[in-house]
Amino acid sequence: MALRTEYSRVDPKRRANLDYKKRQFANPEFKQQEYAHRLNFYVLPPTAEITLEEFETWAINRLKVLSEIEACSFRNKSPEETAEYMKSIVDKYLPLRSNSSRSQSLQDERKRDHYSHFILRLAFSATEDLRRRYSRLETALFKLRFKDDDLLERRDFVNTLNLEWEEVGADEKREFGAELAAASGMKKGEDQDWFKVDWERVPELVEQRRVLLKRGKAYVPQREQMSLVVAEFTKRLDEALELTARARPRLDEDERLEPILAHLSQSFTAPDAAYSSSDAAIDGLSTPTAASIDTLSKHFPLCMQSLHSNLRANSHLKHFGRLQYTLFLKGIGLSLDECILFWRRSFKLMTDDKFNKEYKYNVRHSYGDVGGDANRRGRGYTPYSCQKLLTEPLPGPGQQHGCPYRTFTQDNLLSLLQKGGINDRDILKSVKEDVQKQRYHVACNRVFEASHKREIKKVKDDGSWSAADLDTIVHPNTYFKRSWLLKHLGEGNVGIANGGEKMEE
Amino acid sequence: MPHSVTPDSTPQGESQASSVTMKAETQDIDMADAPDPAVEEKTKVNLEDLFDDEDSDGEFASSAPQVKSEEESSQPQPIPKNIASKSAYSDPEVMRAFYQRLFPFRYLFQWLNHSPSPTNDFAHREFAFTLPNDAYLRYQSFPTADLLRKQCIQMLPSRFEIGPVYSTNPRDRKTLRKASAFRPLTKELVFDIDMTDYDDIRTCCTGASICHKCWAFITMAIKVVDVALREDFGFKHILWVYSGRRGAHAWVCDKRAREMDDPKRRAIAGYLELLKGGDQGGKKVNVRRPLHPHLDRSLNILKEHFQTTILYEQDPWSEEKASHLLQLLPDQTLKAALQKKWESSPGRASASKWSDIDSVAKSGSLSKSTKDLLEAKQDIVLEYTYPRLDAEVSKKLNHLLKSPFVVHPGTGRVCVPIDTRTVEEFDPLAVPTVTQLLQQIDEWKGEEEEGKKIPDWEKTELKPYVEFFRTFVNGLLKDEKSGIKREREDGDAMEF
Ligand SMILES: [Zn+2]
Repeated sequence: MALRTEYSRVDPKRRANLDYKKRQFANPEFKQQEYAHRLNFYVLPPTAEITLEEFETWAINRLKVLSEIEACSFRNKSPEETAEYMKSIVDKYLPLRSNSSRSQSLQDERKRDHYSHFILRLAFSATEDLRRRYSRLETALFKLRFKDDDLLERRDFVNTLNLEWEEVGADEKREFGAELAAASGMKKGEDQDWFKVDWERVPELVEQRRVLLKRGKAYVPQREQMSLVVAEFTKRLDEALELTARARPRLDEDERLEPILAHLSQSFTAPDAAYSSSDAAIDGLSTPTAASIDTLSKHFPLCMQSLHSNLRANSHLKHFGRLQYTLFLKGIGLSLDECILFWRRSFKLMTDDKFNKEYKYNVRHSYGDVGGDANRRGRGYTPYSCQKLLTEPLPGPGQQHGCPYRTFTQDNLLSLLQKGGINDRDILKSVKEDVQKQRYHVACNRVFEASHKREIKKVKDDGSWSAADLDTIVHPNTYFKRSWLLKHLGEGNVGIANGGEKMEE
Repeated sequence: MPHSVTPDSTPQGESQASSVTMKAETQDIDMADAPDPAVEEKTKVNLEDLFDDEDSDGEFASSAPQVKSEEESSQPQPIPKNIASKSAYSDPEVMRAFYQRLFPFRYLFQWLNHSPSPTNDFAHREFAFTLPNDAYLRYQSFPTADLLRKQCIQMLPSRFEIGPVYSTNPRDRKTLRKASAFRPLTKELVFDIDMTDYDDIRTCCTGASICHKCWAFITMAIKVVDVALREDFGFKHILWVYSGRRGAHAWVCDKRAREMDDPKRRAIAGYLELLKGGDQGGKKVNVRRPLHPHLDRSLNILKEHFQTTILYEQDPWSEEKASHLLQLLPDQTLKAALQKKWESSPGRASASKWSDIDSVAKSGSLSKSTKDLLEAKQDIVLEYTYPRLDAEVSKKLNHLLKSPFVVHPGTGRVCVPIDTRTVEEFDPLAVPTVTQLLQQIDEWKGEEEEGKKIPDWEKTELKPYVEFFRTFVNGLLKDEKSGIKREREDGDAMEF
């Protein structure tokens, strides 16, 4: 795309003729594209000029929308809740109206949508992780729009895509009638049309067993058309991102673009990096040791408490549990040596030989003591955030990792909470509701507030803690830190930095 | 002043680095270094893999064999010449003789190469060796079968694993300027079924031990997964392999399967996965009705096994263990009636308890509909019989899996293919051990014709397994050949 130089409006220093397309392609006609449809597969790159200011503003606005979508998935909002929540945000930052609205700014809106998509595509093509995130969020945005698009306009749009779908004929419909119905969960006799496509085109429906499969073909009900279109959107975007990534070093972009792109991709990365090393630095807490974990564990969030008690009960933890717990312990400041000692003692039934051979390495690895590359060595891995715990696959039989609010049955969860001293029936009831709505972190925060009620009231009343200090907890290590501090209010500077003797309890 | 953070803990901003870009490194990564240097973001993945590997611990623990096998004690231990120790299956001389005389390198090469003459499918394929000192050597690759054989004979790995085909030779990965030039491209879709995942319902054995009764879990799993891969996904070239102790692996070798990216692998794993929830998760099967055709078919296969394997052989609800069965039933009235009945006859067998459910329900203690009860019972059948896959293994293109035909260091048994047409007859405890095989070579009485040497494996019990593998590989090669021909023809047609 090209940036128009507008002498009248742009500061001379920022004047730019960022026209790599112009030099790259033989026919640099700056044509304004016509946008016939509201939805866009973003196949053609933009060709008209825009100003540097537009470049940045449009991109930032889109970024705002994408970040909010990501926040919704983090908070486990349902698709309906997400659509509801996103409405005002989209209207404000990235409005996109249908043809039937007959709005004056229709073409303008579509242009911004088009350009901002491509700017961010450029900004987020640098690494595999950014590409995957961008693709996931753009897909979510596309889905939101697809769902609320005008039905006729949507059909027109889909027709332009030339997706090759084979319709399932009457014979096959008859032959597989019962199976087709069972696979898609519809009632018998309900009339329905079906497409037949290679199963690879609808991996999501396959994964959820929502289509009938026969020898590599998926029988997709008409009403699942969205899945097909969305899968196609993702597929094309992924391929395009891959190409952008490869072309990136060769793009002779104006050097003024680089800082903007870099800035954009950074602001995209920041939000869910919830753990900071300051979580490990706690006023008054002496350096934890292998021996102090048992006492400290009463300040742990449920996910870690549950791992701890499982470890104590079985003298063993399975790999993901170990990984999750090791990183958490690292995060509260347990040193590598102490952590190895902690695991060695905890695996009571194991020989030293087995432990050293099969387990020690992994603890060291988590701490970055071995393995990986030099950049990471000495740091290892970051303690898991709630987001990470809430989005990883559910534990299988015998595994205990993850977030108990999500993985436990209601009965088990409630009895675990009661064991931990939460007996207030109203609280338990609310937790139950939170969990039903899949608001696991809300449940966890609720439990935190309940078990620190007196202390929270105190710091609020005497104004010693700001509202930010009592933000929603989104990281297990923050939970620990806050719990410990609240339960040790007024102890002043006991046990300043490594004042070992004054270790509490 | 806050206490100082240990130097090992994470500095600020690190999370960003680890979650976003694990830039490639061309560091020395030789021994026991799982994180993949070349693939971005994989570091995280690999850390988990690492934990993974080591948790199949029992599988490769080099301690004495724990298989509950009658034969092992009753049979005289074969002692090949010059070999003193009788139980050390990874004894260097045993392993040397095994790689020199028995391992079917030729067919392994053809299997991975997909063509008679060497291609990058083989040359860029990663092998990972576990050496006798337990060091783990990744990113090995070989231009030919013979060079693989040479390195095996030289290093005597206790086992080796097979990874993906990479975009460049894995041995050259350090010399590449751009990390992204080293990417995994293709690998068979693989499955790992291990008895550990059945420990909460297995009553006959624990830990690394197996017997014929619990092997039935693996048999059931193979049947259900195999038919789904064939009928639903249309795969044809599926190789099942005994893992040497208490499980089985599957290698889906069709081109279409090899070329799948991670989301597609995840989709298949998800399609086949049914049991959800950990130990605290309560009821592990909760599926919608009507049952998806795959589940309906699986249930029909598994029903029979449930009667024999579960109710009679495992007897999972004896004594107080019946509480778990009650927990899985939806109906309070029924539960109470059953509990009362069972408390009054403590010795009641699981099979009787299972039929009590219907009879007590019929006698009036059912507050829900019979349909609800039937569905709950179906869920229970599935919870106790449906395959429990280690799904993570299947979801990743770059996951390594132990090669067929290597020796399990703990049991000495060779990881032989399993013929699904006779899967019920497969007896893991009768699979020959490496020492038995070497002895059979020595004891072989046949005569070799002039100028025509009989391969050593033909002189042993390994023969049917190698022949089965050879047939499998030939079938695969035939399809590959016609596939290439078709592509070429299509290509020609395009040009005109
Ligand atoms: Zn057994």
